[in-house]
Amino acid sequence: MSKSRYMPLFEVFVRSKRGLDHKHVGSLHAEDAQQALEYARDVYTRRGEGASIWVVKSSDIVASQESEAQDFYDPMDDKPYRHATHYVLPREVDNM
Amino acid sequence: MDARAAAYAIGLGDDALVLGQRLTEWCGKAPFLEEDLALANTALDYIGRARFFYQAAGVNTGRSEDEIAFGRDAREFTNHLIYELPRGDFAFTMARQFLIDAFMVPFLDALSTSRDEQLAGIAAKAVKESRYHLRRSGDWMVRLGDGTDESRQRTIAALDTLAGYVDELFEMDSLEAELATDGIGVDRARLKDAWQRTVARVLEDATLPQLATGWNVSGGRRGIHTEHLGHMLSELQFVQRAYPGLQW
Repeated sequence: MSKSRYMPLFEVFVRSKRGLDHKHVGSLHAEDAQQALEYARDVYTRRGEGASIWVVKSSDIVASQESEAQDFYDPMDDKPYRHATHYVLPREVDNM
Repeated sequence: MDARAAAYAIGLGDDALVLGQRLTEWCGKAPFLEEDLALANTALDYIGRARFFYQAAGVNTGRSEDEIAFGRDAREFTNHLIYELPRGDFAFTMARQFLIDAFMVPFLDALSTSRDEQLAGIAAKAVKESRYHLRRSGDWMVRLGDGTDESRQRTIAALDTLAGYVDELFEMDSLEAELATDGIGVDRARLKDAWQRTVARVLEDATLPQLATGWNVSGGRRGIHTEHLGHMLSELQFVQRAYPGLQW
Protein backbone atom coordinates (compact mmCIF):
# COMPACT_ATOMS: atom_id res chain seq x y z
CA MET A 1 0.00 0.00 0.00
CA SER A 2 1.54 3.28 -1.07
CA LYS A 3 -0.41 5.39 1.37
CA SER A 4 -1.16 4.26 4.85
CA ARG A 5 -4.87 4.33 5.60
CA TYR A 6 -7.35 2.49 7.74
CA MET A 7 -9.79 0.06 6.24
CA PRO A 8 -13.45 0.83 6.96
CA LEU A 9 -14.86 -0.13 10.34
CA PHE A 10 -17.69 -2.66 10.58
CA GLU A 11 -19.98 -3.49 13.49
CA VAL A 12 -20.55 -7.18 14.07
CA PHE A 13 -23.78 -8.82 15.27
CA VAL A 14 -23.88 -12.51 16.09
CA ARG A 15 -26.83 -14.80 16.67
CA SER A 16 -25.55 -17.79 18.57
CA LYS A 17 -28.73 -19.86 18.42
CA ARG A 18 -31.76 -20.06 16.24
CA GLY A 19 -34.58 -18.13 17.85
CA LEU A 20 -32.34 -15.68 19.69
CA ASP A 21 -31.67 -12.12 18.59
CA HIS A 22 -28.53 -10.95 16.86
CA LYS A 23 -26.38 -9.28 19.52
CA HIS A 24 -23.76 -6.64 18.98
CA VAL A 25 -20.42 -8.25 19.83
CA GLY A 26 -17.89 -5.69 18.66
CA SER A 27 -16.30 -4.18 15.61
CA LEU A 28 -13.46 -4.85 13.18
CA HIS A 29 -11.68 -3.38 10.19
CA ALA A 30 -12.07 -4.95 6.75
CA GLU A 31 -11.75 -3.96 3.12
CA ASP A 32 -15.39 -4.74 2.30
CA ALA A 33 -18.48 -6.41 3.72
CA GLN A 34 -17.56 -9.87 2.45
CA GLN A 35 -14.16 -9.76 4.13
CA ALA A 36 -15.74 -8.31 7.26
CA LEU A 37 -18.04 -11.33 7.42
CA GLU A 38 -15.07 -13.71 7.18
CA TYR A 39 -13.08 -11.89 9.82
CA ALA A 40 -16.14 -11.73 12.06
CA ARG A 41 -16.20 -15.51 11.96
CA ASP A 42 -12.53 -15.67 12.98
CA VAL A 43 -12.58 -12.86 15.52
CA TYR A 44 -15.93 -13.33 17.23
CA THR A 45 -17.24 -16.87 16.72
CA ARG A 46 -14.26 -19.25 16.62
CA ARG A 47 -15.92 -22.64 16.87
CA GLY A 48 -19.50 -21.44 17.17
CA GLU A 49 -21.07 -23.44 14.39
CA GLY A 50 -24.55 -22.64 13.23
CA ALA A 51 -24.15 -18.99 14.12
CA SER A 52 -25.61 -16.27 11.97
CA ILE A 53 -23.54 -13.14 11.55
CA TRP A 54 -24.50 -9.66 10.41
CA VAL A 55 -21.97 -7.00 9.60
CA VAL A 56 -22.75 -3.40 8.85
CA LYS A 57 -20.49 -0.46 8.11
CA SER A 58 -20.21 1.58 11.29
CA SER A 59 -20.65 4.75 9.27
CA ASP A 60 -24.08 3.52 8.14
CA ILE A 61 -25.38 3.41 11.70
CA VAL A 62 -27.36 6.44 12.79
CA ALA A 63 -27.10 6.79 16.54
CA SER A 64 -28.80 9.02 19.08
CA GLN A 65 -26.48 11.53 20.68
CA GLU A 66 -25.82 11.61 24.40
CA SER A 67 -26.12 15.37 24.43
CA GLU A 68 -29.68 15.03 23.18
CA ALA A 69 -30.60 12.44 25.76
CA GLN A 70 -32.62 14.90 27.82
CA ASP A 71 -34.88 15.87 24.97
CA PHE A 72 -35.08 12.32 23.79
CA TYR A 73 -35.99 10.45 26.93
CA ASP A 74 -36.79 12.77 29.84
CA PRO A 75 -40.28 13.79 28.68
CA MET A 76 -41.38 10.22 29.29
CA ASP A 77 -40.56 10.37 32.99
CA ASP A 78 -43.44 12.58 34.08
CA LYS A 79 -46.10 10.67 32.19
CA PRO A 80 -46.39 7.55 34.28
CA TYR A 81 -49.49 6.46 32.39
CA ARG A 82 -47.16 5.66 29.49
CA HIS A 83 -45.72 2.81 31.49
CA ALA A 84 -47.55 -0.44 31.93
CA THR A 85 -46.64 -0.43 35.62
CA HIS A 86 -48.87 2.61 36.12
CA TYR A 87 -52.00 0.53 35.93
CA VAL A 88 -53.37 -1.55 38.71
CA LEU A 89 -53.76 -5.06 37.55
CA PRO A 90 -56.78 -7.21 38.30
CA ARG A 91 -55.92 -9.80 40.89
CA GLU A 92 -56.40 -12.58 38.32
CA VAL A 93 -53.56 -11.25 36.23
CA ASP A 94 -51.32 -11.00 39.30
CA ASN A 95 -47.90 -9.81 38.23
CA MET A 96 -46.82 -8.83 34.78
CA MET B 1 -5.39 -49.24 12.46
CA ASP B 2 -2.61 -51.45 11.08
CA ALA B 3 1.01 -50.40 10.60
CA ARG B 4 0.46 -49.31 7.02
CA ALA B 5 -2.46 -47.06 7.89
CA ALA B 6 -0.47 -45.72 10.85
CA ALA B 7 2.43 -44.76 8.57
CA TYR B 8 -0.09 -43.11 6.26
CA ALA B 9 -1.64 -41.20 9.15
CA ILE B 10 1.78 -40.01 10.30
CA GLY B 11 2.50 -38.65 6.82
CA LEU B 12 -0.79 -36.75 6.84
CA GLY B 13 -0.12 -35.60 10.39
CA ASP B 14 3.33 -34.34 9.37
CA ASP B 15 1.81 -32.36 6.50
CA ALA B 16 -0.60 -30.76 8.95
CA LEU B 17 1.88 -30.10 11.76
CA VAL B 18 4.52 -28.56 9.52
CA LEU B 19 2.08 -26.22 7.79
CA GLY B 20 0.45 -25.40 11.12
CA GLN B 21 3.82 -24.43 12.54
CA ARG B 22 4.60 -22.24 9.52
CA LEU B 23 1.27 -20.46 9.99
CA THR B 24 1.86 -19.88 13.69
CA GLU B 25 4.98 -17.96 12.73
CA TRP B 26 2.65 -15.13 11.70
CA CYS B 27 1.15 -14.88 15.17
CA GLY B 28 1.61 -11.27 16.25
CA LYS B 29 3.23 -10.35 12.93
CA ALA B 30 0.39 -10.42 10.40
CA PRO B 31 -0.41 -7.25 8.43
CA PHE B 32 -3.32 -6.34 10.73
CA LEU B 33 -5.13 -7.66 13.77
CA GLU B 34 -8.07 -9.35 12.05
CA GLU B 35 -5.79 -11.24 9.67
CA ASP B 36 -3.52 -12.19 12.55
CA LEU B 37 -6.43 -13.93 14.26
CA ALA B 38 -7.62 -15.55 11.05
CA LEU B 39 -4.15 -16.98 10.33
CA ALA B 40 -3.79 -18.21 13.89
CA ASN B 41 -7.18 -19.92 13.59
CA THR B 42 -6.06 -21.67 10.43
CA ALA B 43 -2.84 -22.70 12.17
CA LEU B 44 -4.86 -24.16 15.03
CA ASP B 45 -7.05 -26.08 12.60
CA TYR B 46 -3.93 -27.69 11.13
CA ILE B 47 -2.30 -28.44 14.47
CA GLY B 48 -5.56 -29.97 15.66
CA ARG B 49 -5.57 -32.12 12.55
CA ALA B 50 -2.01 -33.24 13.20
CA ARG B 51 -2.99 -34.29 16.71
CA PHE B 52 -5.87 -36.42 15.46
CA PHE B 53 -3.68 -38.16 12.89
CA TYR B 54 -0.87 -38.75 15.39
CA GLN B 55 -3.27 -40.03 18.04
CA ALA B 56 -4.79 -42.45 15.53
CA ALA B 57 -1.31 -43.62 14.48
CA GLY B 58 -0.03 -43.86 18.04
CA VAL B 59 -2.66 -46.27 19.31
CA ASN B 60 -1.00 -49.25 17.66
CA THR B 61 2.61 -48.22 17.93
CA GLY B 62 2.30 -47.19 21.57
CA ARG B 63 3.70 -43.75 20.90
CA SER B 64 2.09 -40.60 22.23
CA GLU B 65 1.28 -37.71 19.93
CA ASP B 66 4.04 -35.71 21.63
CA GLU B 67 6.63 -38.40 20.96
CA ILE B 68 5.64 -38.50 17.31
CA ALA B 69 5.68 -34.71 16.92
CA PHE B 70 8.72 -33.86 19.01
CA GLY B 71 10.81 -37.02 19.05
CA ARG B 72 11.70 -37.47 15.40
CA ASP B 73 14.40 -35.84 13.31
CA ALA B 74 13.91 -34.26 9.92
CA ARG B 75 14.73 -37.46 8.04
CA GLU B 76 11.88 -39.22 9.83
CA PHE B 77 9.35 -36.54 8.92
CA THR B 78 7.39 -37.54 5.85
CA ASN B 79 5.57 -34.32 4.99
CA HIS B 80 5.49 -33.07 1.42
CA LEU B 81 7.95 -30.30 0.72
CA ILE B 82 5.45 -27.54 -0.04
CA TYR B 83 4.36 -27.46 3.61
CA GLU B 84 7.83 -26.81 5.00
CA LEU B 85 8.90 -23.91 2.78
CA PRO B 86 9.53 -20.78 4.87
CA ARG B 87 6.49 -18.57 5.28
CA GLY B 88 8.01 -15.86 3.05
CA ASP B 89 5.99 -12.68 2.69
CA PHE B 90 2.23 -12.50 3.10
CA ALA B 91 1.66 -13.15 -0.61
CA PHE B 92 3.75 -16.32 -0.42
CA THR B 93 1.92 -17.59 2.65
CA MET B 94 -1.46 -16.97 1.01
CA ALA B 95 -0.48 -18.37 -2.39
CA ARG B 96 0.78 -21.57 -0.75
CA GLN B 97 -2.33 -21.75 1.41
CA PHE B 98 -4.54 -21.38 -1.63
CA LEU B 99 -2.77 -24.12 -3.63
CA ILE B 100 -2.97 -26.43 -0.61
CA ASP B 101 -6.58 -25.58 0.27
CA ALA B 102 -7.62 -26.29 -3.32
CA PHE B 103 -6.01 -29.70 -2.89
CA MET B 104 -7.23 -30.38 0.65
CA VAL B 105 -10.92 -30.00 -0.11
CA PRO B 106 -11.14 -32.84 -2.67
CA PHE B 107 -8.51 -34.88 -0.80
CA LEU B 108 -10.33 -34.80 2.53
CA ASP B 109 -13.64 -35.31 0.78
CA ALA B 110 -12.24 -38.53 -0.67
CA LEU B 111 -10.60 -39.57 2.60
CA SER B 112 -13.91 -39.13 4.43
CA THR B 113 -15.14 -42.24 2.61
CA SER B 114 -12.11 -44.29 3.73
CA ARG B 115 -12.77 -47.79 5.02
CA ASP B 116 -10.68 -46.84 8.05
CA GLU B 117 -13.21 -45.24 10.37
CA GLN B 118 -10.70 -43.09 12.21
CA LEU B 119 -9.24 -41.61 9.04
CA ALA B 120 -12.73 -41.08 7.64
CA GLY B 121 -13.81 -39.33 10.83
CA ILE B 122 -10.83 -36.99 10.91
CA ALA B 123 -11.31 -36.13 7.25
CA ALA B 124 -15.04 -35.47 7.61
CA LYS B 125 -14.35 -32.93 10.33
CA ALA B 126 -11.34 -31.36 8.63
CA VAL B 127 -12.95 -30.90 5.22
CA LYS B 128 -15.32 -28.34 6.72
CA GLU B 129 -12.37 -26.32 7.94
CA SER B 130 -10.65 -26.60 4.59
CA ARG B 131 -13.70 -25.37 2.70
CA TYR B 132 -13.59 -22.26 4.81
CA HIS B 133 -9.79 -21.94 4.36
CA LEU B 134 -10.24 -22.16 0.59
CA ARG B 135 -12.87 -19.47 0.60
CA ARG B 136 -10.49 -17.19 2.50
CA SER B 137 -7.31 -17.95 0.55
CA GLY B 138 -9.10 -17.81 -2.82
CA ASP B 139 -10.48 -14.43 -1.80
CA TRP B 140 -6.98 -13.26 -0.93
CA MET B 141 -5.59 -14.41 -4.28
CA VAL B 142 -8.06 -12.12 -6.02
CA ARG B 143 -7.31 -9.21 -3.67
CA LEU B 144 -3.56 -9.61 -4.08
CA GLY B 145 -3.48 -10.48 -7.77
CA ASP B 146 -5.91 -7.77 -8.76
CA GLY B 147 -4.70 -5.35 -6.09
CA THR B 148 -1.70 -3.04 -6.27
CA ASP B 149 1.35 -3.44 -8.52
CA GLU B 150 3.37 -4.61 -5.58
CA SER B 151 0.86 -7.15 -4.30
CA ARG B 152 0.53 -8.50 -7.82
CA GLN B 153 4.29 -8.83 -8.38
CA ARG B 154 4.77 -10.53 -5.02
CA THR B 155 1.96 -12.98 -5.72
CA ILE B 156 3.32 -13.84 -9.15
CA ALA B 157 6.77 -14.40 -7.65
CA ALA B 158 5.26 -16.65 -4.96
CA LEU B 159 3.36 -18.74 -7.50
CA ASP B 160 6.55 -19.10 -9.58
CA THR B 161 8.40 -20.50 -6.58
CA LEU B 162 5.55 -22.78 -5.58
CA ALA B 163 4.85 -24.18 -9.05
CA GLY B 164 7.58 -26.78 -8.70
CA TYR B 165 6.26 -28.13 -5.41
CA VAL B 166 2.66 -28.88 -6.35
CA ASP B 167 3.23 -32.07 -8.37
CA GLU B 168 4.36 -33.85 -5.23
CA LEU B 169 0.84 -33.46 -3.83
CA PHE B 170 -0.37 -35.87 -6.52
CA GLU B 171 2.44 -38.42 -6.27
CA MET B 172 1.63 -41.91 -5.11
CA ASP B 173 4.30 -43.99 -3.43
CA SER B 174 3.90 -47.76 -3.06
CA LEU B 175 2.33 -47.48 0.40
CA GLU B 176 -0.28 -44.98 -0.71
CA ALA B 177 -1.02 -46.95 -3.87
CA GLU B 178 -1.58 -50.07 -1.81
CA LEU B 179 -3.85 -48.26 0.66
CA ALA B 180 -5.80 -46.62 -2.15
CA THR B 181 -6.44 -50.04 -3.69
CA ASP B 182 -7.69 -51.26 -0.32
CA GLY B 183 -10.09 -48.34 0.00
CA ILE B 184 -8.22 -46.91 2.99
CA GLY B 185 -6.13 -44.21 1.34
CA VAL B 186 -6.87 -41.69 -1.39
CA ASP B 187 -5.74 -41.94 -4.99
CA ARG B 188 -4.12 -38.52 -5.24
CA ALA B 189 -3.58 -38.68 -8.97
CA ARG B 190 -7.34 -38.68 -9.50
CA LEU B 191 -7.70 -35.35 -7.71
CA LYS B 192 -5.51 -33.40 -10.06
CA ASP B 193 -8.21 -32.40 -12.56
CA ALA B 194 -10.46 -30.95 -9.87
CA TRP B 195 -7.50 -29.15 -8.33
CA GLN B 196 -6.42 -27.70 -11.66
CA ARG B 197 -9.92 -26.43 -12.37
CA THR B 198 -10.15 -24.66 -9.01
CA VAL B 199 -6.70 -23.12 -9.35
CA ALA B 200 -7.24 -22.03 -12.94
CA ARG B 201 -10.58 -20.41 -12.13
CA VAL B 202 -9.30 -18.44 -9.14
CA LEU B 203 -6.10 -17.32 -10.88
CA GLU B 204 -8.20 -16.11 -13.77
CA ASP B 205 -10.49 -14.17 -11.41
CA ALA B 206 -7.35 -12.73 -9.86
CA THR B 207 -6.03 -11.70 -13.30
CA LEU B 208 -2.91 -13.71 -12.49
CA PRO B 209 -0.93 -15.83 -14.96
CA GLN B 210 -1.57 -19.57 -14.75
CA LEU B 211 0.91 -21.77 -12.87
CA ALA B 212 4.08 -22.50 -14.79
CA THR B 213 4.93 -26.13 -15.39
CA GLY B 214 8.14 -27.83 -16.34
CA TRP B 215 9.99 -28.41 -13.11
CA ASN B 216 9.20 -30.19 -9.92
CA VAL B 217 10.88 -31.60 -6.86
CA SER B 218 9.78 -34.32 -4.48
CA GLY B 219 11.09 -36.51 -1.72
CA GLY B 220 9.14 -35.53 1.38
CA ARG B 221 7.44 -38.89 1.86
CA ARG B 222 10.90 -40.53 1.77
CA GLY B 223 12.27 -38.11 4.35
CA ILE B 224 14.33 -36.16 1.82
CA HIS B 225 13.63 -32.54 2.71
CA THR B 226 14.64 -29.00 1.87
CA GLU B 227 17.20 -27.30 4.06
CA HIS B 228 14.36 -25.48 5.83
CA LEU B 229 12.71 -28.31 7.75
CA GLY B 230 15.56 -28.92 10.19
CA HIS B 231 15.64 -25.29 11.25
CA MET B 232 11.91 -25.28 11.73
CA LEU B 233 12.01 -28.45 13.83
CA SER B 234 14.76 -27.07 16.05
CA GLU B 235 12.35 -24.38 17.13
CA LEU B 236 9.25 -26.59 17.17
CA GLN B 237 10.91 -29.33 19.21
CA PHE B 238 13.15 -27.30 21.47
CA VAL B 239 11.21 -27.62 24.71
CA GLN B 240 10.68 -31.38 24.47
CA ARG B 241 14.30 -31.91 23.41
CA ALA B 242 15.62 -29.86 26.33
CA TYR B 243 13.15 -31.24 28.89
CA PRO B 244 12.04 -34.65 27.59
CA GLY B 245 8.55 -35.63 28.69
CA LEU B 246 7.78 -32.21 30.12
CA GLN B 247 4.07 -31.73 30.78
CA TRP B 248 2.30 -28.41 31.02
